[in-house]
Amino acid sequence: MSRPLLEVQNLTMKFGNLIANDNVSFFVNEGEIVSLIGPNGAGKTTLFSCISGFYKPFAGKVFFDGKDITGKTTHEITLMGLTRTFQIVKPLKEMTVKENVLTGAFLHAQNKKEAELVAEQVLQMTHLWEKRDMPAGSLTIADKKRLEIAKVLATKPRMIMLDETMAGLNRTEVKEAMELCVALNKSGITLLIVEHVMEAIMPISNRVVVLNAGKKITEGTPEEVTNNEEVIKAYLGERYYAKSRQTNRGI
Amino acid sequence: MKNRMLYGILLAILILPFAFQNVNFQHVLIMFLIFAGLGESWNIITGFAGQTSFGHAAFFGIGAYTSTVFFYKFSVSPWLGMILGAIFAAVVAAVVSYPCFRLKGHYFAIATLAVAEIIKQLFVSWDYVEGATGISIPVKPDSFWLMQFHKSKIPYFLIAYILFVIALTVAVLIERNKMGYYLKAIRESHEAAEALGINTTRYKLYAMMISSAITALFGSLYAQYILYIDPFMVFGLDISMKIVLLTVLGGIGNVYGPVVGAGILIPLSEYTRAFLGGTGKGIDLMIYGALIVVVACFEPRGILGLFKRSKKRGAQYVKTAA
Repeated sequence: MSRPLLEVQNLTMKFGNLIANDNVSFFVNEGEIVSLIGPNGAGKTTLFSCISGFYKPFAGKVFFDGKDITGKTTHEITLMGLTRTFQIVKPLKEMTVKENVLTGAFLHAQNKKEAELVAEQVLQMTHLWEKRDMPAGSLTIADKKRLEIAKVLATKPRMIMLDETMAGLNRTEVKEAMELCVALNKSGITLLIVEHVMEAIMPISNRVVVLNAGKKITEGTPEEVTNNEEVIKAYLGERYYAKSRQTNRGI
Repeated sequence: MKNRMLYGILLAILILPFAFQNVNFQHVLIMFLIFAGLGESWNIITGFAGQTSFGHAAFFGIGAYTSTVFFYKFSVSPWLGMILGAIFAAVVAAVVSYPCFRLKGHYFAIATLAVAEIIKQLFVSWDYVEGATGISIPVKPDSFWLMQFHKSKIPYFLIAYILFVIALTVAVLIERNKMGYYLKAIRESHEAAEALGINTTRYKLYAMMISSAITALFGSLYAQYILYIDPFMVFGLDISMKIVLLTVLGGIGNVYGPVVGAGILIPLSEYTRAFLGGTGKGIDLMIYGALIVVVACFEPRGILGLFKRSKKRGAQYVKTAA
């Protein structure tokens, strides 16, 4: 079998004495949707930042498409086809929605016309076309999160790391975001998702990696993970634990 | 539509000195073009890329000194000196700002201020370029090659006009193309820009080099026009500040901003100086300071921001009425 698209090997990240990521290893195959879950402070966002080049890991290696990308700069990694969104959205506020997406589209476009075509496709796909002339700063939070995805989508990535794109959204918006994730995946983009909204990502993930206090505690299919006692206790909490017991009994 | 407005402004400026043949007025126009052009070039690094430079006098001074020293010492044509000055300024900008770009926000601004002051002090104590005494450019008969015209101000006006058109064109081209989008992305968020595959350091460096090269061109012209330079005059903080303030007043990050800002400030300072003489020194800056306070309080996007806002309000009104 060929190598996975993204491979993280024994990654450790420290901030002073605080160990944010402790010897974390996992992989993502091309075409998969993998979720990264864990309670607050488990080191999910730090892991993202290490993979995407915002932080230089203390130890360990990251491979993308078989190439060592450890310690490369973010823009180099983006150029290779791996990019990320931000938990705290970073729209280019003073620019319009279309200009935001256009900025991403310039990465692989030869000229402005080509970039505009790419931007148009992306805006249609992410349902932002009607809002293309609005300043990005004036969008609702749901649309800002959508724009986060649209911007990086315009860079034509092979893989996107989504950092809590569903947090703070209402039910309908979460459903739309889920549909967008699935659509992205169908178009051939591999996804690594950090998320808190369990019911949203469990159904769409191929595999789930669970972090707790910087360490990987388990990984597996959504069913395996939700039935893992350690995960239930450490992360999902007593309520979910009880609920899962109930459903099990029901079966 | 956009271009028509641009051409209209350019044509109007071109006609003015021929329509009003007053020497004083022509002088004000030349100063206006110089400072509008400086504002355009400053806008590239600060308005577009968001890296506040309070030290653009450094590049202005380098331009002025390069052409002047080469002419004074080696009789090199100021035209060549002007180009050399632009190259020197770009090199100095690259060397100085590369380490400074590690600083963000206000810290970068302070660093540029410090660098400009350091360069000024260097020229003050540099005997080869006459130190604090400054250099009087030897007066020669009118000559295009030596960039000296004593009979009429029109040739100076035309040179300033061409330089201004160059600065404006560069700014417009940058704004409408990939580089403009990249610089604005950097201004909004370094991290988001990096995630979009933008090499932020490289693009900031390009912007700084282009901006300082154009600034130096105006420095050379200024030296040729005034025919005397000293470090306090061309490296002074007031040059840096004038560039900053007029652009902020007009509208930062907008190619028309410096034109509007310079159109207000330059006549104000030139005419108060002419009418009030020595006693009026600084009155222009007082009025100007008050204007800046008002603009900053009510509309941080400058006078053009005010226009935009009222247009928007009008559009909304039309919409509700319909």
